[in-house]
Amino acid sequence: MTRLLRHRLVLPIAALLALIILNTVSRPTFLSITVRDGQLYGSLIDILRNSAPLMLVALGMTLVIATRGIDLSVGALMAVSGAVALTIIDGSGSPDAAGTITLAIVAGVVTTLIFGMWNGFLVSVLGIQPIIATLVLMLAGRGIALLITSGFITTVTSAPYRFMAQGYVLGLPFAFYVSLVAILLVALIERRTALGMLTEAVGINPEASRLAGVRSRGIVWGAYAASGLLAGVAGILYSSNIMAADANAAGQYIELDAILAVVLGGTSLMGGKFSIAGTVIGVFTIQTLKSTITFLGVPPAVSPLFMALVVVLVVLVQSTRVRTGARRLWAMLRPVKDAEAAR
Amino acid sequence: MSDVTTVRPLDAVAARVRRFTSRRASWIPVFAAVGILVALLVAGQVYFGNFVTPRVLSSLLLDNAYLLILAVGMTFVILTAGIDLSVGAVLAFTAMLGASLMAQGLPAALVIPVMLVGGALIGLFIGVLIQFFDVQPFIASLAGMFAARGLAFLVSLSSIKVEDPVILWLQSKLFYIDGWFLSPTGIIAILVVVAGALVLQFTRFGRTIYAIGGNEQSARLMGLPVVRTKLLAYVISGACAGLAGVVFTAYQGAGYPLNGLGTELDTIAAVVIGGTLLTGGSGFVLGSMIGVLVYGTIKTAISFLGAEQSWTRITIGILLLVFVVVQRAIVARSTRRR
Repeated sequence: MTRLLRHRLVLPIAALLALIILNTVSRPTFLSITVRDGQLYGSLIDILRNSAPLMLVALGMTLVIATRGIDLSVGALMAVSGAVALTIIDGSGSPDAAGTITLAIVAGVVTTLIFGMWNGFLVSVLGIQPIIATLVLMLAGRGIALLITSGFITTVTSAPYRFMAQGYVLGLPFAFYVSLVAILLVALIERRTALGMLTEAVGINPEASRLAGVRSRGIVWGAYAASGLLAGVAGILYSSNIMAADANAAGQYIELDAILAVVLGGTSLMGGKFSIAGTVIGVFTIQTLKSTITFLGVPPAVSPLFMALVVVLVVLVQSTRVRTGARRLWAMLRPVKDAEAAR
Repeated sequence: MSDVTTVRPLDAVAARVRRFTSRRASWIPVFAAVGILVALLVAGQVYFGNFVTPRVLSSLLLDNAYLLILAVGMTFVILTAGIDLSVGAVLAFTAMLGASLMAQGLPAALVIPVMLVGGALIGLFIGVLIQFFDVQPFIASLAGMFAARGLAFLVSLSSIKVEDPVILWLQSKLFYIDGWFLSPTGIIAILVVVAGALVLQFTRFGRTIYAIGGNEQSARLMGLPVVRTKLLAYVISGACAGLAGVVFTAYQGAGYPLNGLGTELDTIAAVVIGGTLLTGGSGFVLGSMIGVLVYGTIKTAISFLGAEQSWTRITIGILLLVFVVVQRAIVARSTRRR
């Protein structure tokens, strides 16, 4: 039991469960899932669908944070990929053709992959601080997206493109499958090969891992490239959800949500050990929290205050000072048993 | 090498330059920023013909007074190797707070101190999280940013018009000196820059800031008051954001909860362009002022061109990149020499 409680995913799971229980108590319909035309509907399904972009971005962010880095540009990259894809669809004569859609998606994702590799180049080759290296694209990215759409919000009508965010396959939202595939791919590549271990080595001590013969440059570079790629897919999903390329609103604050999800999942911002399962739980926690805030009737504008409270709570739980304080308090409350244990 | 007895004047100059660059390496990025600013102004003058005029240069200070104040506070924080993402949101919060208090009829003489204290308290909150709970500055100030933005919306969801004569006077009163003009907000900004520069260069507190940024461990072992100084740096940044809120309210004539979205990035970019190293310990308030002026000049030039303002962010991004790469090269050189 103690061993189970010591597992590092206990706190994240407890937080998610607490949120779900809170929701169920305040609105019993929260857990109910209805079937209509063979498709599932309900709050939980909404959370699964709406969390897809954040899930993709947070997966990439996990890898980057594991290498002691941070990627602030993901929100801007989402705007770029959406802008590229929708501009291609808008410019083509046949917005419903499979070829057009494929071309649009591939072009959008490849663009952000290149931007991600650019971030990786700045960090791993030139040795620039990750915050600043990615700040460059965070600043410039939205400008680039605005240039691509020439300052307008490009809207298109294309049924197959719309399907990605709003369609259903086998009763579940298609977007959920996208995030599922991404989770599985990342987990397989990181955990079924040595890549994950090498990434952690680079994050824990870059110098030592270099001396041990780990090619840290390629690993760090790859993490940023993966983050760019996943942000690109997230941007496609986002633009498919609203069927518009809004360079200013796409992925607004998602970098912060993603970092928060990673931290909630128990991955330290100092790099090193990372947990993909933890990130997945963190993303669901944030999405549930957002849905709770909306449900409680808090104006969406005030929701940052709740996010701030959550951030503070999480970092306080993680801080050593609070932990030792709590442990001391615990020891004071049951002095007899501890004394026996000491003997 | 030439003989010591037959030193040519050119060699002497080169030697002096070399000595200067090795002893005052941290000033080089500032000079580079000045160079860029001059180049921008000259290019603008050549291209537009009416760019370097008293009117344009005066409005440069008028339009960017709030950014200048934010940049001074941010310089303190970055010098300690920290970062403060909350400044834009704190600006919005204090502006909303001030506007709503004044709408209830409170005098500006009372409201302005409240705004400053409000900003300083959020700065203190961030500093405590960082110093006592080992939270990374990035995350702690992120929490501060969320909190301040939420508080701004809590005050009011829509914009509040400001009709207080004192606040409006800060922006509308212009002192003219043949063609040049200066508003009280500009004077406040310049005073903040001067005060910041003096404090950093000539007080024990200022030197401690540099020492912490250079190496926090060493500073602690030297017996310097690390905890107090770092807390104070965030309090200063928060108070500067509060003051920027005052100036911004005067500039807009209203408080609006979405004010200053993304301003923290502009501020950080301006500070970095001004030659402050993000690793801490090296940089100057005067450099940050140059950085803000570079930012303002680019913005003005783009509106002169009639191009989309999205180019401002792109240009700033590119400039930021150039400066970071140059800084990186300088740091690499100085560590190699050691």
